[in-house]
Amino acid sequence: MHLVVQACILGVLTGGVYALMASGLTLVFGVMRVINVAQGALVILSAYLSWALFTHFQVDPFLSVLIVAPLIFALGVGVQLVFIRSLRSEQAEELSLLITWALALGIEGVLGAVYETTYRATNTSYANSAWTIFGYQVSVVRAYAFGLCVAVLVLLYLLLARTRFGRSVRATVQNPSSALLLGVNADRVRALAFGIGVSTAAAAGAVYGVLYPFNPGSHYDLISRLLSIVVLGGLGSVAGAVAAALMMGVVEAVVAVEISPVWSSFSYFVVLVAILLLRPQGFFGARERTL
Amino acid sequence: MSSAALLTAEGLTKRFGGVVAVEDCTFSVPTGTITALVGPNGSGKTTVFNLLTGYLRADAGTVAFAGRRIRRPDPIRLYRAGLTRTFQQARIFPDLTLVENLVVAIQQPWRTIVCRAIGRDDRSRAFELLEEFGLVQLAEARAGSLSYGQKKLLEFATVLMAEPQLVLLDEPTAGVNPVMVAAIETRIRELNARGLTFLVVEHNMNLVMRLCDPVIVLDHGTKLAEGRPADVRNDARVLDAYLGA
Amino acid sequence: MRWITPGGLLRGGGVFGLLAAFPFVERTDWIVNIGVFTLMYAGLATAWNLFSGYTGYISLGQAAFFGIGAYATGITFEHISIGSGYRPFYALPLIGLAVGLVSVPVAWVALRTRAMTFAIVTLMLLFIVQQLAFNLRSITHGSQGVAVPQPTFASNFDRPYYLAMLSVLALAMLICWYVRRSKLGLMLLGIRDDEEKARGLGVRVTGAKLIAWALSVGLTAMIGGIWGYYLFSIYPESAVDPLVMIGAVLMAFLGGKGTLWGPMIGAFVLVPAQQWALTSYGATRLYLIAYAGVFVLVLLLLPRGIVPSLADLVSRRRFRATDRPDVRPTVERVAS
Ligand SMILES: Nc1ncnc2c1ncn2[C@@H]1O[C@H](COP(=O)(O)OP(=O)(O)O)[C@@H](O)[C@H]1O
Ligand SMILES: [Mg+2]
Repeated sequence: MHLVVQACILGVLTGGVYALMASGLTLVFGVMRVINVAQGALVILSAYLSWALFTHFQVDPFLSVLIVAPLIFALGVGVQLVFIRSLRSEQAEELSLLITWALALGIEGVLGAVYETTYRATNTSYANSAWTIFGYQVSVVRAYAFGLCVAVLVLLYLLLARTRFGRSVRATVQNPSSALLLGVNADRVRALAFGIGVSTAAAAGAVYGVLYPFNPGSHYDLISRLLSIVVLGGLGSVAGAVAAALMMGVVEAVVAVEISPVWSSFSYFVVLVAILLLRPQGFFGARERTL
Repeated sequence: MSSAALLTAEGLTKRFGGVVAVEDCTFSVPTGTITALVGPNGSGKTTVFNLLTGYLRADAGTVAFAGRRIRRPDPIRLYRAGLTRTFQQARIFPDLTLVENLVVAIQQPWRTIVCRAIGRDDRSRAFELLEEFGLVQLAEARAGSLSYGQKKLLEFATVLMAEPQLVLLDEPTAGVNPVMVAAIETRIRELNARGLTFLVVEHNMNLVMRLCDPVIVLDHGTKLAEGRPADVRNDARVLDAYLGA
Repeated sequence: MRWITPGGLLRGGGVFGLLAAFPFVERTDWIVNIGVFTLMYAGLATAWNLFSGYTGYISLGQAAFFGIGAYATGITFEHISIGSGYRPFYALPLIGLAVGLVSVPVAWVALRTRAMTFAIVTLMLLFIVQQLAFNLRSITHGSQGVAVPQPTFASNFDRPYYLAMLSVLALAMLICWYVRRSKLGLMLLGIRDDEEKARGLGVRVTGAKLIAWALSVGLTAMIGGIWGYYLFSIYPESAVDPLVMIGAVLMAFLGGKGTLWGPMIGAFVLVPAQQWALTSYGATRLYLIAYAGVFVLVLLLLPRGIVPSLADLVSRRRFRATDRPDVRPTVERVAS
C-alpha cells in the first residue's frame, strides 16, 4: 500500500508535466486542426537549450524557462507562418501531420549534429534531494517541476478565459466559420495559438532535463505518450488532456511498482485501447462525424 | 389515404447540449402517400431525418418502419430494409462518375466484391435512371463537375437504385432552377404512382400544397399541426409560427 | 471500363519486364542493393496506398506490420529449420496471410476513430509494436535482436532478394489494379469521398475498410519478411522504424496517393537519392536533416503528387487543343 501511494504521488507529479505538454498540443489541434508531431522534438530542443544555459552560464533550469519559452514561441510562430499556413488544400490536416513530423526529424537531425547521441541530464545541486512528508518521499525537483507546470497551466487558463485573444481562440475552436464572421483575425489567432501551444512544450522541456536524461532521439517516446494523452482526453479538449495526463502518470507509476518498470510505458497503450473501445472520441471529445 | 402507416415515430426527442432540437415528436407516414414535413428554419426537420435514418441517436422515442420497431436505427440496415434519404446539402461522390455514383448504391452480397465495378446489369439499370432524370449525356462525367441542381437530381436518382419503399427527401428543390423544380415534381409524382412513399421536407409552399398530403408542421422541434394541406394552411397556429408572431 | 486494355498490358508488362531484367544486366553489388531498397519502398508505398490512398484514412502504423513480418521470418528460422537459399521465400505468402488476418481485430479497434484520430491511433500502433519488440524478450530477444542464418547464394548475393522484392511489388500492383476496378474499389472510393453518405446507401463500410486493410498489411508483412532475411539481424529499432513508415508515406504523396503508379514512381524517384545520401553521409544527422528538407519541399510544392499533376497538365493541354469550353477536364480520373 505504501508503495502504491508513493507511486501515485510520483504519478501525479509526472502527470502534471505531461499535462502541460499535452495541453499545448491539443490546443493547437482545437484551433487549427493540426496535430503537431514535433511537439516532442520541441520539448527535447528546449531541454537542450536549458541544459546549455545551465552548463555554460549556470542558469537554473527553472529560471531558463523565461528565456527558452519566448524563443520557442517565436520559432512556433515562424513555423506556422512558413510551413503550415501555406497548406491551403483540402488535405491540409493530413499534410500538416506529415510536415510537423518532418519538422521533428529536422530538429532531431540538428540536435544530433550539434550534440551527438550521448544522453544528457541537467544535474542541479538539488537534483537528488527529497522531502519526506508523512513518510512519503517527494522529490524536490519533481515537486518544483509540477509547481511550474501547474503555474503555466493556470496562466494558460487565464489567457483563454479572461482575455480578448482567449475569446477569439475559443470562438475559433467552437466554430471556425462563424468566428471568421465575427471579425476574428483567423491568421493571427492561428499563428499566436501555435506559438503558445509550442511554448508550453518549451516550459515543460526546460525542466524535462532535470527529471530525465535525454538525447536527440528521445522525442519519439515523448510524442507517443503525448499523442495517447490527447486522444484519450479527446482531441481539442484542454481539460481532457490534463485529466488524461494525470491518469496516465498515475497508471504508469503504479504499473511500474506493481508489475514491472519495463511494462510501465506500455500501460499507456493498454488504457488507450480500452478507452477507444468504449468511447472512441476520448473523455471530452466530440465525435468526428460529418453530417 | 387511411391505409396503414409505413413509418411511425413516437415521442422522438433530441437535445444538442442545451438546445432541444426535437421534442416529443409523434407522427406517421401512411403507405403510398407523399407526406410533407414543413416548418420554419431551425425547427428540427433535418434532425428528425437524422434520427429516423440512424445518423443520430435519439435521446428518447421509438421508430417503427413497415410494422417493425427499429431498436437501434443504423443507416446501412435501414437502407437494406427499404428506407433511404437525401441530404439537404446534396451529397454525392465527387470523384466518381455519375454511373459509378449510382452503382455504389446497388446492394450486393459480399462475394461479388471481386466482380468488376460496373457489371452489364448495373450499367443498364444506371442508364435507365439517368435517362429518367435527364442526366444520361453526363453519365461518364465526374460528379464533382455537376451544377448544384444536377447534383440534387443525381442524389435523388442514387437513392432509387435499390428500389426502396420509403424515400426521405430533404429540401429537394432548394437552390434548384425552376425548370428542374418541375422535373423533380414530375419524378416524385411518377414514382409515387408506382407505389413509392415519400416524406418530403420542403420550403416551397406552393409545391407542398400541390404535391403533398398529408402535411406535418413542425415548430421548435414539436409537431404543431397535421392534416390535409388546405386545413393546415388555414391553421392559425401554423400562420403564427411562420410569421413569427 | 474493361478489365484489361492493350495499353495497360503493355505498360505493366514492359515496366516489370525491364525491372526483372535489370539485375541480370547490371551486376554491380551496390547498385543491385539500391535496387532492392527501391523495390522494397515501392512495395511498401503501394501497399500503403491500397488502404490509405483508396479509403482516405491515413494510416501511420503500417510499418509495425513490416516489423512483424521481419520478426516472423527471423523467428521461423530459429524454431523451424526451413533451410536456406530460396526456401524461406516460399514461406512468405503464409506470413503475409497470417499477419493480415491477425491485424484485422486491431484495425477494427482503430477504425472506430476517424480522420486525424485514426492517423494518431495507427501511429501509436507503431510505437506499441516497437515497445513489444523490446519487451517480449523470450520471443524477440529484446534489443539483442534476432539473428537470421546467412543464406548460401553462391554469387550475385543481392539478386534473389531483388527478385523476391520485385515479385511482391508486382503482386501489390496487381492487387491495387484489380481492387480499383472491382466493386470493392468502388466501395472504397465512395468511402474516401463521403463515408457517411456511403453508409446511407447501404455500403458496408467497415467490412470494405477491413478487407483493404488486411490486404495492405499482408503485403507489408511479406516485404518485411524479405527485408529480415536480407539483413540477417532484426532489431526493434530498425524493424519497426518510424523512418520507414514516413518514407513510404512520403513516396506515396510524392508520386500521387490514390493513383496506381504514383507510389511506385515516388519510390523510384526518392529511394536512389536516399540510398546515395545514406552511403555518402552515412546514417548521420545530416542525412536526417536532408530527409526532412526533401519531405517539406515535396509537401509544400507538390501536395497532390507527380502523377495527378502530370495528368492535370496533359488533360489541360488536350482540353486546349480540342477547345471545348463547356466540358471541364476530369483531372483526378486520368491518373487512376
Ligand atoms: N449537430 C448539431 N449540433 C448542435 N446543434 C444542432 C445540430 N444539428 C442541428 N442543431 C440545432 O437543432 C436545431 C434544428 O436544426 P435542423 O434540424 O437543422 O432544422 P431544420 O432542418 O428544420 O432547418 C437548430 O437549432 C440547430 O441549430
Ligand atoms: Mg434542414
